[in-house]
Amino acid sequence: MGNLFKIAVRNLWRYKRRTLLTASLITLGVIFVLVFISVSGSFKNMMVGQITDSMLGHVQIHRQGYVASIDNLPLNLNIKGQGVRQLEALLKQQPEVAAYSPRLKFGGLFSTFVETTNIRLNGIYPEQEFKTVPLLPGRVSQGKRTLERGEIYLPELLHKGMGAKVGDTVVIVATNQDGSVNGKQFKVAGVLESATGPGGRDGYVHILDAMEILRLEELEVSEVAIRLKDFDQLHPFTSKMERLVKSMGGPKGPIRYEVHSWEKLSPFFNIVKMINLLTFFIKLMLIAIVLISIMNVMIMAVYERIREIGTMAAIGTLPGKILSMFVLEGFCLGVLGTVVGNLVGGIILYIVNLSRISFEFGQQSGLILSVQFNPRDLIVISLIVILVSVLASLQPAFKASRMEPIQALRHV
Amino acid sequence: MALIEANDLNKEYEAGEIKVIALKGLNFEIEPASFVSFVGPSGSGKTTLLNLIGCLDKPTSGLLKVAGMDIARFNRKEGAIFRGKNLGFIFQDFNLIPVLSVYENIEYPLMMVQNVPAGERAQRVNVLLEAIGMSEQGQKFPDQISGGQKQRVAVARALVSNPRLVLADEPTANLDSQTAYRIIDLMKRMRDQFQTTFIFSTHDQKIVGEAEVIYTLEDGELQGREVGKGGIHG
Repeated sequence: MGNLFKIAVRNLWRYKRRTLLTASLITLGVIFVLVFISVSGSFKNMMVGQITDSMLGHVQIHRQGYVASIDNLPLNLNIKGQGVRQLEALLKQQPEVAAYSPRLKFGGLFSTFVETTNIRLNGIYPEQEFKTVPLLPGRVSQGKRTLERGEIYLPELLHKGMGAKVGDTVVIVATNQDGSVNGKQFKVAGVLESATGPGGRDGYVHILDAMEILRLEELEVSEVAIRLKDFDQLHPFTSKMERLVKSMGGPKGPIRYEVHSWEKLSPFFNIVKMINLLTFFIKLMLIAIVLISIMNVMIMAVYERIREIGTMAAIGTLPGKILSMFVLEGFCLGVLGTVVGNLVGGIILYIVNLSRISFEFGQQSGLILSVQFNPRDLIVISLIVILVSVLASLQPAFKASRMEPIQALRHV
Repeated sequence: MALIEANDLNKEYEAGEIKVIALKGLNFEIEPASFVSFVGPSGSGKTTLLNLIGCLDKPTSGLLKVAGMDIARFNRKEGAIFRGKNLGFIFQDFNLIPVLSVYENIEYPLMMVQNVPAGERAQRVNVLLEAIGMSEQGQKFPDQISGGQKQRVAVARALVSNPRLVLADEPTANLDSQTAYRIIDLMKRMRDQFQTTFIFSTHDQKIVGEAEVIYTLEDGELQGREVGKGGIHG
């Protein structure tokens, strides 16, 4: 095998310019794909991180039908006391869970005593919520990053539109499930930037305050948001929870739950899918570049060396060895392009990181693009290029190995 | 026992609708360790005959046995294996592999065909480099040596695998007469040293006589068998 490699490398070096041009083309393709995948992948991860870590969590559990009518924040589809306790007990047993946060969501009226508008409120245990969505405190643009009972985080929209400032007293009025109206005064503890764009009307209060407004004697929650230790466990964990919650229930019969990963809850998943699709097509382009360039070179190589092939065959070289010789040439060309492409691509990504390119996402500005060089991408791209190089060489190599020595020797 | 045995050997080609008879009813035997030439004008069938003996082509009819094997029965792979074990080739255009050095060109059949261990390869190649007087040129590449030297390398390459038979198709056609004599002389010496049968084709009257047995071909038919000035070996 070593001798076959030696001959393959020397044959490539024999046509230096052509080899270097082809390797450059492959190198460019590898660089382009590597940089694109790393940058778009990092952007995607950052975007997903922003959505899951500042708002949604990785997975959410609701009562069946809640998500379908989530715009109405239906109180009658809340998970009641025993269900909450059962869910919490279940989640505490799951090794994949890093944190979870029960949320009581409801709609209400927000008043500054001068003006009134509607608001969506999330009743939370601040400590649990901040562990489940750790970027939430970072969204507090004004005020303090802790939330006590009797305090409210206002969405920026209402802060600007209603003129409510940190330290102001405001009133929340809400109707509970029985139709009873109740109100409570809150002190504005902070102003929250929207995570995903203008128009966010979500405020946060302590869950015990939420229960007080809704006159709940026992804890009820609209959803339980879950943060996983390892984001890659998203789908297995979601499937596992779907199985586990099926068997849950109370004395009145089973309670039906829905388990949703963030992908089912956020329209931004469509952007992720688009990025994945783009990545797929970019990889296809790379395959086409490698396939065409290597095939072209190898067809030329076979054509130019017909007499040599005839000589080797006449001397007694077996067809399999002749085939291997040409396939190895394609393989070496692919490896050369891949190695140089990975090196240059790595350097470009390093420079991109040093340049600290900033971008905006939703209302968040000044996010620094931190490109991560994912070894898995590197391995996948390298394998694709090398595999396609070998495949592209197969046809010309097969042709060379099937040549009749007598005809090849006559070739002029 | 004859090394090569031809009985009523015929070879026809079809060029479009025209049938070309390249060899007509040849009958001959060649003994081991002999030094034989096939002579005749262009188109007389010399190359066709050498291609048949070299298992590069198959007869249309008749029997051709080389080293006791009916070459018509070989498939592609069996033919390659047989050639690798029993035959050596010397070509008119030398046909050295340009990316391999002189040493590596000679080593090629041992390395790529017979899979001989490196130590034994080195020993056999060095013996032949010495024999062809090119010990100092082993690291040179084909484009760095003269035509005569290339053909000496080709002779060494043909002999390195200890074949029973070396076939040389017009081995001196691209050489000046002085170099041509040297090559024929080298081939003879190699025959003497390694007891290998040499068959070469030529239309060069000056070197024809160097063979021990001369077969004359004309229009695909064997016209005669003469004893050359080399006499009958052994």
